[in-house]
Amino acid sequence: MSRIAKRFAELADSGRKALIPFITAGDPTPMATLPLLHALVAAGADIIELGVPFSDPMADGPTIQRASERALSYGVSLRQVLAMVHEFRQKDTNTPLVLMGYANPIESYGWQAFVQDAQRAGVDGVLTVDYPPEEATDFAALLYAHGLDPIFLLAPTSTPERCALVARLGRGYVYYVSLTGVTGSTALHLEEVLKRIPSLRAHVSMPICVGFGVRDAASAARIASVADGVVIGSRLIEIIEESPIAEASLRASAFLRSLRAAIDGVSDPGG
Amino acid sequence: MNKHVETLPDARGHFGRYGGVFVAETLIPALQELTAAYQEAKQDPAFQAEFTAELAHYVGRPSPIYFARRFSEALGGARIYLKREDLNHTGAHKINNCIGQALLAKRMGKRRVIAETGAGQHGVATATVAARYGMECVVYMGAEDIRRQAANVYRMKLLGAAVVPVESGSKTLKDALNEALRDWVTNVSQTFYIIGTVAGPHPYPMMVRDFQSVIGKECREQMPRLAGRQPDVVIACVGGGSNAMGIFYEYLRDRDVRLVGVEAAGEGLASGKHAASLTMGRPGVLHGNRTYLLQDENGQILATHSISAGLDYPGVGPEHAWLKETGRAEYVTVTDAEALAAFHDLTRYEGIIPALESSHAIAYAKRLAPTLPKESIILVNLSGRGDKDMHTVAERSGMSMSS
Repeated sequence: MSRIAKRFAELADSGRKALIPFITAGDPTPMATLPLLHALVAAGADIIELGVPFSDPMADGPTIQRASERALSYGVSLRQVLAMVHEFRQKDTNTPLVLMGYANPIESYGWQAFVQDAQRAGVDGVLTVDYPPEEATDFAALLYAHGLDPIFLLAPTSTPERCALVARLGRGYVYYVSLTGVTGSTALHLEEVLKRIPSLRAHVSMPICVGFGVRDAASAARIASVADGVVIGSRLIEIIEESPIAEASLRASAFLRSLRAAIDGVSDPGG
Repeated sequence: MNKHVETLPDARGHFGRYGGVFVAETLIPALQELTAAYQEAKQDPAFQAEFTAELAHYVGRPSPIYFARRFSEALGGARIYLKREDLNHTGAHKINNCIGQALLAKRMGKRRVIAETGAGQHGVATATVAARYGMECVVYMGAEDIRRQAANVYRMKLLGAAVVPVESGSKTLKDALNEALRDWVTNVSQTFYIIGTVAGPHPYPMMVRDFQSVIGKECREQMPRLAGRQPDVVIACVGGGSNAMGIFYEYLRDRDVRLVGVEAAGEGLASGKHAASLTMGRPGVLHGNRTYLLQDENGQILATHSISAGLDYPGVGPEHAWLKETGRAEYVTVTDAEALAAFHDLTRYEGIIPALESSHAIAYAKRLAPTLPKESIILVNLSGRGDKDMHTVAERSGMSMSS
């Protein structure tokens, strides 16, 4: 069983939903990433999506774009991101890590070399925003062969045929994009998400996690009532961005704890 | 050479291993809807008739071919003919495609169009057709390009378009494209994205090529009447590559016609400041398609440079990548300095002021013509006029616009 499948099985057993923070590797500095990853786990992260910085992140809003630019200003490459994952695995062998990013750094690295090195480093899943299933059949097969899960997006615009396609090709979980827009948008229509997720289950038996536009504990809790997990990205990165570097990890953890409490349905002991 | 070179792309938008649909899930249904609507329109005689009528009465087609006699004689070799896309309404070939896509938008019931622009030619053409058909228009343009192309920005605003400066990344065409994609993904149900070149996800490379192929169709009719036969060499500049695909496409089947695409070598290929994706890049994925890209060793997209904003792009249409791979077309480079010299030459010898983009094609003709016999024929796609470049040329030539 993959680390992701195992994690969802554990969650199901304890009746909890997955909390999935997204951070960009190398943001705010390359040195900050490893402690931040461990801090997020301590604060209640079940799975972490680690963003691979890219020069042209066209599906992302300004927040994640800036995070990418900060990481790139230190020259953070896919190779270095894999090194960070490897380092993380020295202390944590339980928390699934999903690389999220764009196709070109992977194309440049080379598919074969990438899947081998990703497996060796301890990556569990790969979500490539601009590899829709049609263009990713061979890549997905390579990932399967190395025990990695290809994770695909579904969107409010996805037809039943496309949901079935993603269900067939994807592994681990499906990432449902909660709105038609870029990451960090404020245009989240909670009611639509709450309606849509149950209908997706007709096509998708994998866990369904929801991201894009989740900004606070209240909406995270509402989404967790229908989905199997909640992804929190832009808001978390804003908190990291707004904090002095020495405090970034602490404040990010506090925020994540408040989400954890909210989706677990208990009041936040911190207040 | 396989004979199906001119029947590509395949149903999923692939030209060999290039092209395709590399976008986030949210846009896939919109691209499928667009592909279906375009296939239907393509078969519909009423749509084709309207397109043709608009090209005739609004754009002023067919554009003439002109024999550049004095320029040819000065070079002392092949005869150089110019396909005068500079005489189109709005001053470049870009309008052909914009008419086509705007008619399609109208047919699909979309009242809002968006576009990206580099030099501003595609932005102006989009703003023009939006005015013509009464559509809302938003144009994304890199902040750096806005500074370089102030006149075109003003033209777009006059035409009623909102011009949105893009401050991210290198603040040029590639960043404008990112921002237009972000707009489209956000407003996908009511918005039509008019891409200006033969790049982007399927069906754009095919659709833009089809709309621009009117250039080559006319040339094949005009050349025998004017010059007694088809040309030996066809030359066009290549940024994204729409004017080049427009003139190349109908000639793909004429195996003895050499097709030459001219990329921007900027300050020289060795300087790293250039935009020669096919010559210096390697395949990758950007802006919805797999193609040649200028990128660093980690797959990050590089900032590019060219004296002409319209060629200042790190990618290139996937069909050009395919034509390079199959050897059907060859791709060469011309520096800023060579393009500028050609700009002045054509202006002085023929009284035609070419766009700096098109000046790259002229510059290569200038290099090639003296090496060919006098009976050879070179056809250059003069894709646009140079009025927009007065400021850049004056600056580079040490002249001031006001003195």
